[in-house]
Amino acid sequence: MLILSRRVNEKIVIGDNVVVSVIEVRGDQVKIGIEAPKSVKVYREEVFEAIQDENRRAAAASLDRLPSIELPK
Amino acid sequence: MRVSTRVYGEIDIDERQRVSFPSGILGFEKFTEYALLDARQKPFFYLQSLEVPDVAFILIDPFLCRSDYSLDMSDEALAEIGVADPEDAVVFSIVTAPADGSPITANLMGPLIISKSKRRGMQAVLADPRWRVKHDIMAELAVSRK
Repeated sequence: MLILSRRVNEKIVIGDNVVVSVIEVRGDQVKIGIEAPKSVKVYREEVFEAIQDENRRAAAASLDRLPSIELPK
Repeated sequence: MRVSTRVYGEIDIDERQRVSFPSGILGFEKFTEYALLDARQKPFFYLQSLEVPDVAFILIDPFLCRSDYSLDMSDEALAEIGVADPEDAVVFSIVTAPADGSPITANLMGPLIISKSKRRGMQAVLADPRWRVKHDIMAELAVSRK
């Protein structure tokens, strides 16, 4: 892993078209700006992990337990 | 095409039931080929991996769980699976039906989007705080019918 120090308003350039800026530092919280093309997916790690975990739970769960749902006519 | 499924054992499927997920499904990135099957009961479907019979998911139409469901996808993201026209996209939520009897939930935060014409799909990650990975399906239906 590359580890480097940046001050507020300093940036990191990744590849040709991703720029990460440090916008604000307050206590243990860092506000970060990310400029990237729309094709680059940027997620908070916990969101990504929550979906991964839920997918794994869904695949491990029962496939036969289907509730009966009254469909709107 | 003859395939092994978790729920139905060995069955024949039509080519039109096949869906590819070029980037996989989160946590299951290695598997890209699936079949979309009707479940034993409406309005559910199964998404069955064609690579590993044990990998299968229950799906439901998220708009049935929540009539106010919405998702905002960029054209670039949709272009990845060949969706050029919103009419071509169909949306599903993955359902978790715990064996211990706890509520059956739908994941509205990470919907699956499938191009009907290309039969290619992806799992989206929505930033809208209204949508969580667990929505109790029966509770949502009870609320929406009041």
